Amino acid sequence: MENYFILPFTLGMITLFVILFIKYGLWIARLSHIDKLRIIQCIFTRRTWDAIVESVMEGLLHRSIFKRNPLLGYMHMSLAFGWFLLIVVGHIEGFLCYGTFANAPWIPIFFQYFVHYQFPGERIMTNLMDFLLLFILSGVLLAYFKRLNSKIFGIKKTTKLKPFDKMAMIALWFIFPLRLFAESATAALYGNGGFLTNSVANLFILIHVTPTMESILWWAYSISLGLFFVGMPFSRYMHILTEVLFIFLRHYGIKLKKQFNSYSRIQVYSCSRCGVCIDVCQMHVANISNNQSVYILKNIRDQNLTDRKLYNCLLCGRCEQVCPVKINLNDLRISQRIRATKEYNSDYAFLQSLPNETPTTGKQPEVIYFAGCMTHMTPGIKKSIVKVLDKANVNYIFMDKEKGACCGRPLMLAGQYEAAKKLIDFNRKKILESGAPVLLVSCPICYKVFRDDYELGQITIKHHSEYFLELVEQGRISLKKSNSSIVYHDPCELGRGCNVYEQPRELLKKTGTLLSAKQEKVMSLCCSGSLGDLSLSMPDRNVIKAETLKVLLQKNPDVLATACPLCKKTFVKGVNIQVKDIAEIVANAME
Amino acid sequence: MRNFGFTTTKSRTIDYEKIDTRLISYILQNEPSFNACLSCGSCTAICSAGNLTSFNIRKLSLQIRLGDIENTKLEIDKCMLCGKCLLECPRGINTRNVIMLIKKGLNIIDKNEI
Repeated sequence: MENYFILPFTLGMITLFVILFIKYGLWIARLSHIDKLRIIQCIFTRRTWDAIVESVMEGLLHRSIFKRNPLLGYMHMSLAFGWFLLIVVGHIEGFLCYGTFANAPWIPIFFQYFVHYQFPGERIMTNLMDFLLLFILSGVLLAYFKRLNSKIFGIKKTTKLKPFDKMAMIALWFIFPLRLFAESATAALYGNGGFLTNSVANLFILIHVTPTMESILWWAYSISLGLFFVGMPFSRYMHILTEVLFIFLRHYGIKLKKQFNSYSRIQVYSCSRCGVCIDVCQMHVANISNNQSVYILKNIRDQNLTDRKLYNCLLCGRCEQVCPVKINLNDLRISQRIRATKEYNSDYAFLQSLPNETPTTGKQPEVIYFAGCMTHMTPGIKKSIVKVLDKANVNYIFMDKEKGACCGRPLMLAGQYEAAKKLIDFNRKKILESGAPVLLVSCPICYKVFRDDYELGQITIKHHSEYFLELVEQGRISLKKSNSSIVYHDPCELGRGCNVYEQPRELLKKTGTLLSAKQEKVMSLCCSGSLGDLSLSMPDRNVIKAETLKVLLQKNPDVLATACPLCKKTFVKGVNIQVKDIAEIVANAME
Repeated sequence: MRNFGFTTTKSRTIDYEKIDTRLISYILQNEPSFNACLSCGSCTAICSAGNLTSFNIRKLSLQIRLGDIENTKLEIDKCMLCGKCLLECPRGINTRNVIMLIKKGLNIIDKNEI
């Protein structure tokens, strides 16, 4: 009769397992056929081992959060790793006591209640369990503090909670303190506690603890466990188990598709709402604090994402860079945009009636150069590129010298996927027909879409900073070093988008003194001109730009260099020092 | 009278009471900056789509204000959303959002939701 207190825990656990079984089953069943084949092919390879290692490092130890913020990392680790060890050691304790691992699932959970007698290794195990409980309690204590004051964890703004989140969170807050009190009450009555429970038990003896009180505490502990288990699949704590699945699928080489699918959903559910993405977002500068990735993922889950929030994002990728779970935040957001705009995509019928010949040079071209819309907006960059190519005697085709279609990336960023494909097909045909082995681009926005979506086969795609560095190394052009100091701004699409950080710096070092900026390379700030954002107003953009400039111009450089015509055009309107594209700097420094 | 040329063009009147304001109000509701347009034509001068076709966003902006929904439907599909107009606009109008709102607005009008 008195053992009925195990019921809330047991029922909660059964509910959890049933829901999880259905959810995971559906998610995996809805993966594409190819993705399923990938899983089957990779399951007995090294990738599984790598996934296990990462699950331990990230899912239990939370290494990535540690790197960003040790206190926040410790909180997550003590709860996850501590609880995991508590379960494992609890089962070992059960084994030592009963001689088998096949005990009822509630035995290790309520062990102290059931076992009052001595068994081999009892003292060590009880103290070990006490130590683990203390470890978890320290994390719980930090969680209390985090709710009161998130600033000490390096997070200025914390996430907002739904009713189920609150229920699960409060249940989680109570589980371990209640466990401590319940075990201590038992220890006070039967003297079977460890160093921690015995100390609390001494207090309980003072207030004359009775078996009824003991029973109430065990009931409360069981109920809080049950509530947490029931709340888990409907709250943010679903991430605990989904993240592991996500890590495995990621290691098996499954990639996010353009369309929102089952794998996208798994990513959405893997978000632990740790809040690391909130602080790195530049939107706070313009007092926009409702559209950070963590909120968007929450909105996707709750199906209440508004257009305004969806489109108000620079897609700079800083949040993706710091996400400890490695969720593809940018592409997830774009997939939502694709879904939202799929009913109105242009077909660009006029492309069919355009004169369709590719300009030729007579002999085999080395390079086909695509300037793109933005480079045409900045004639200085265009002229410099042509000047460098001529000086180096490169035999090139200027693909869009007179007329050219857009590359498709701006449409892609707006979610107009079908429309973008039309432009891609049009340009792709021209590039392939040219017969040039290298496609040169002077705009990182174009560069990104050429790399990701064009499928150009053997043709290598090069940004002008990469190509010019090659020309210098081959001795086809030589640069003269001046004594001006230069600070370099990494464009989002070139840096985080295409991983080009060093080539522009190498080039700049050959033309002047390169200064470093406080936030650069992977953490460089967005210029605010991004085409990723559709709803940000011009005044807000200017506020963000001013912040970025403050960081870049801290060391008073002579020249602000960038490698993107859009960044250049954005910065020019806000500073009184020289803003130059790397192409212009190279063209000027040529001997 | 014939000599004065009164018959060479048909008389045209704009009846402001009969203008179809569904599209323009939808756009202005969601992107008020569109109100600031002074029809300078900078956007049209640098337009990538305008370089390839007869697309004229300045003209389109007037037509939308006059409620010419049928013609807007034909024209708007030419825009490639490249964003040059956004950089050029002296009034800081969020042109790319205006284009997306025109597309969405037309879609909603088609479905008779506004």
